[in-house]
Parts: sequence; structure tokens; C-alpha cells
Amino acid sequence: MDLFEYQGKQYFARYDIPVSPGGPADTVDEAVAAANAAGYPVVVKAQVQVGGRGKAGGIKLADNEAEARQHAEAILGMDIKGHVVKRVWVENASDIEEEYYVSFTLDRAEKKHLMMLSREGGVEIEVVAEENPDAIIKLHIDPVDGLSADVARQACIDANLPERAIDGATDIIVKLYRCYTEGDCDLAEINPLILKPTGEVHALDAKVTLDGNAEYRHPEWEAFKGLTEMDEREKMAAEKDLQYIGLDGTVGIIANGAGLAMSTLDVVNQVGGSAANFLDIGGGANADVMAGALEVINFDENVKSIFINIFGGITRGEEVAKGIVEALNRVELKAPIVIRLDGTNAEEGRQILLDAGIPESKLRSEPTMLAAAKTVVGLANA
Amino acid sequence: MAIFVNENTKVLVQGLTGGQGKYHGRRNRDYGTQIVGGVTPGKGGQDVDGIPIFNSVAEAVEATGADASFAAVPPKFASDAIIEAAEAGIGFVVCITEGIPAQDEALTFNRLVREFPNTRLLGPNCPGIISPGKCNIGITAGEIAQEPTADGPNVGIVSRSGTLTYQALYELKQLGIGVSTCVGIGGDPVPGTNFIDCLAEFQNDPETHAIMMLGEIGGSAEEEAAEFIQANVTKPMSAYIAGVTAPAGKKMGHAGAIVSGGKGTAQGKMDALAAAGVKVGLNPTEAGELMGEIVKSL
Repeated sequence: MDLFEYQGKQYFARYDIPVSPGGPADTVDEAVAAANAAGYPVVVKAQVQVGGRGKAGGIKLADNEAEARQHAEAILGMDIKGHVVKRVWVENASDIEEEYYVSFTLDRAEKKHLMMLSREGGVEIEVVAEENPDAIIKLHIDPVDGLSADVARQACIDANLPERAIDGATDIIVKLYRCYTEGDCDLAEINPLILKPTGEVHALDAKVTLDGNAEYRHPEWEAFKGLTEMDEREKMAAEKDLQYIGLDGTVGIIANGAGLAMSTLDVVNQVGGSAANFLDIGGGANADVMAGALEVINFDENVKSIFINIFGGITRGEEVAKGIVEALNRVELKAPIVIRLDGTNAEEGRQILLDAGIPESKLRSEPTMLAAAKTVVGLANA
Repeated sequence: MAIFVNENTKVLVQGLTGGQGKYHGRRNRDYGTQIVGGVTPGKGGQDVDGIPIFNSVAEAVEATGADASFAAVPPKFASDAIIEAAEAGIGFVVCITEGIPAQDEALTFNRLVREFPNTRLLGPNCPGIISPGKCNIGITAGEIAQEPTADGPNVGIVSRSGTLTYQALYELKQLGIGVSTCVGIGGDPVPGTNFIDCLAEFQNDPETHAIMMLGEIGGSAEEEAAEFIQANVTKPMSAYIAGVTAPAGKKMGHAGAIVSGGKGTAQGKMDALAAAGVKVGLNPTEAGELMGEIVKSL
């Protein structure tokens, strides 16, 4: 789950990482009130989950109430790379002496945590990495050892941070590591981490991605839900706990396993079709999950045919079949289904579908993935 | 020969009294795998279909001489289960659990490396391993795996995706090609066993004559495998990478596949493998057909 900047700052605050005082606002009046509360000058920042907000005019400085109002009016509703701004974050503006970059993420190849620290912050780190790779300190941290203050301090020295910033930066880096590990983040990034003329160091931005698998031990995440940038189909799927991504094509896809689901997209594409979505019902899905998946697909106006591609391992064929029968009883599907069912209990599943007496106009079975792809694309393009 | 397991492998099921553990533990036994016991704290002394349950892995190892474990426990308990098996001296742990937090995986992996270097973890979030006719640990339906023939040629399969593992087995079975061992390594961020571990074993396994590899977008595991293949693998290979049409920046499914910044794309992975001499198919069926041609030429 990606957090908006203001949510990331709220998360940082749980771990005592210093951020600027401010407030979120959904309307111009709320923004003005937040600005008055934070104290001028303020920065009005668009809350969208995409980089390059500043360049797009989504971050503006206001010295007084009139300017705060003017900027909030301009930014709310603005389209930034396809993301419409529904909320702004208004915070007290900081004097900036220098800008740095720091982040923690998991390096899959090394199987360890990766800290990146750079004296060149406030810009896209990818650009720094390309143009001046030596400016980025990369430090692998064994999760068994964790990160000590001594190691963090040495990294600050190696990154050539000025003497007066080192204490503050070390403190924040250690806290950010705690936030990243205890907080189960896939990514915890501060860009920029700023040094003020007063010598204080603090987080001027926050980019946090939470690991959804750890949700069971973080009841506090509940507060972050509900405002994510999902389309209607994705919201519906999320309510049903389905792994769903909306796409623009006409073939609705349901498969078990991320690999097979992706592969289904590939095959549909190769035989001249286009996928309306990615939907992985996961391992061990039961009849109810299958029925829910079909409801989500049915909600999508663009879907002309539905490809159910199941290769049962932990998922059992008879459960998949029961779900289809149940879904057909529950909802009037607008598009025909083409199913390819193999693996665990596929025989039983096929028998259940046969016994249900579903007409061929609604459901067809094909023996292979490729054959099913051709049939389903044929129906979608007809 | 087979890799990691064989007909003598004695397997414990951690979580045998749970839904998945019971179902798949029984199926593995029915397939012919030596399932010698189950472990569920507090349920020692009971049995599941005649398979004795023990309170701890150590107790079970003592009583049964088990050398492998099949961990079918919920995400919350998976890391502890893996470490408990390693502490008890189990040399091969297969963990099918889906949904373990990435940080737990990273910690568990690094603990194993340091404290229990003789324990190999397969998974988590993987379908397991099957050496057709000899041993099946995990959730693969045994009937889709073609048994190897004495004189070959037989194919070793390694796959990052669960369902594509079955698909690969299925494709080879359609062509009547024997499988020496099929390993599903799982698509989680920190798998205990990776492509390279399996490729190295297959290269040294006299019963494996060719190798089929199934990858997916995201990360750099396939690119690293390609480098390894170039330098170390002399056996012919075919491969398929899922996610050719996946849109950039979208996370497809649980944890396996994410494309960012142009890295980890399916095309990049396919190119790397092709450059290493691997025949790359555009879908699983084509990868199977390519393997069919390879096998014919052997």
C-alpha cells in the first residue's frame, strides 16, 4: 500500500522523525484554515502518488492567507500525470540550507536491506544515480544485525554531509530504519531530508510503501485506507480482497497465481486480444472467491468475454466450478465465459460444470490455455 | 538421481492437523512420498490417517529420522516453523505459506545462512518440489508430472511461479517428456532457494539432460541466472518469462512481479537468457515445444 505524503509523515511521526507542522485539506476553505493554523509562510502540496509534483505546479509557497487560498484553488482538482488532486497538505514552510536523500528498501538480489544516502537530495534520485553515481552511498544491512547509530554516523560522514548536519541526520536515519523495519515498509524514503540554517535536520517529504502482508500486526494502518488512488473496479476488488489491476482491454481475466495470470495476459495479447484486467484469485481460492471475482469482472463495462484460466495446485477444481455455478446463480453475467481447468480435482470440477447444465452461450470449456485464448479473443472481437 | 530429494527422503509435515497440511500431506503420502510424521504443538500423540503427530520438530526427528520438512502453517507462524526445523537438524525445508511479510523472510533467510548453513529452505510461497515417481513435497498434483525414463532424455524444471510450474509439467507431459525433478522456487522477495541454486544442481545431476526455466517480470533473478548459465550450464535449456504485456509500474499480484524504471522487464529477461543460449518461448506452450525439439536432438 502506497501512502500519500501526509500519511507518510503521520507514520514518520510515530517513530519520532521530525516533520513540519501542517494539516490535510480537501477544500479551499480547509486549506486556508490549515495554513492559518500552521503559520505563514506555508507550502501547499498536492497529494498524489506520482513523482514530479513540483515541476507540474503542484507545490506552491504562500506568504499570506490570500496566496494560500489562490494556490489551494489552483492545485485542488489539478491533473498531474493523470492523477487528479483531491487533497492538499498545507505545512509551515522551512528555510532550507541543504537538501539530502535517504531511503531504505529490500535489495532482493543481496537479500539484505539497502540504505541509500546522498548529499544530493531534492531531485530525482534516479537522475543522481545516472549522472553522479559516486554521490550515493549504498549500504547493505543484514537484518540480523540491524543498523547501529555508529554505522549510520559513518554513512553520513562517507556521504560527505557537513559536520553540523551529522548528529541530526544520524538520529533521523536510525529512526527511519526503525520505522522501515518495525513499521513493515517496503520503502521508506525522505527526499529531501533538509538542513535548516538553524542546524536542525528534518523530513520535508515522505514516501512510504507498506507491505500488505504485514497488515495483521498493524491495526494502525486502517487509518490509511479508503483514500488510495483506485478506480471503481479496483475498489470493488479490494473490498473482496482480490488481487486486481484494471486495464483497458475487452477480455476479463481470472486466473490463479500471479504467474499464470500474467501469462494469460500474454497469451490473450499474442492471439490478437487485449486484457481488461489482471485478476489473481490466489492459492486455495474457494467458491465464494470465484463468485466475487466474476462479480468484479461483470462490473466492468468494457468486458466482452471472460477467460477463466485455472491450473489447480492448492486451488481445487471443484471449488472453482462451484464458484462459477454460484456466480451464475447470483449475477446475470453480461459476457460469456471460456474456461480452461486443469490440475487438482479438475475432473470433478468439469463434471460439476457439466451437471449444472449451463448453456454454451454462457460457458465454454477448452482443453488448453492457447485454445481457450483463441476462443475467448474470438468472442471478444466478434 | 534427482535434486534435493529422492525416494529415501523422510518428510515431516509442520501443520499436518491444519486444513492445507492435512489435505496436501495426505496427497503427498498417497503419491508415495515417505510422510513419516506431523508436528502440531499440543497435539502430540494424536494421528492423521495413521501419520503420528508430535509436539515439536525435535521430538519428531528423534522418533522418525526425518530429514525434510513440509511447512504448511499460517504466515504468522511460518518463520518460527522454519527456524524450528533448522534447529532440529532438518536439512531441507519446503514452505508453501503465502503472505509472509517480506521483512520476516529477509530475517529468516539471513538467520539460516548464519546459524544453520546446512539447512536449505525452498520457498516460501512456492508449490514445492516433485521428483516424479519418487517424492512429492508440496502442493503439486502428482498426476501431471511425467516420470523420468531410465535412459532419458529427462528434463529438470525450475520455476518462480506456482501455477506456471504446473503448466510446465503439463506441457512436458503432453509431449511425453520425462521430468527428473521439478522445483518451484516461489516468487516472493527473498526465496530460500533461487534459480542459480537449482541450475547448479541440475547441471551436476546425471539424470537431468535438459532444463526448462520459468520466470516472470520484476527483480533481477532471471538476469543473474542468465549470467550463471552463460558461465556454468552446458545442458540445453528452454525458458518462458511471464509478463510480456504487463504495464510498467503496476504490481501484479502478491509480491513477485513489479516493473520499475525499465528494469526487470520481461523483454530484458528474455534477451538475457537468449544471449546465454537459452531457447525462449513467448508462452508456456511454446517453451514446451522448444523443449520438445531440444529433447529430440539429444
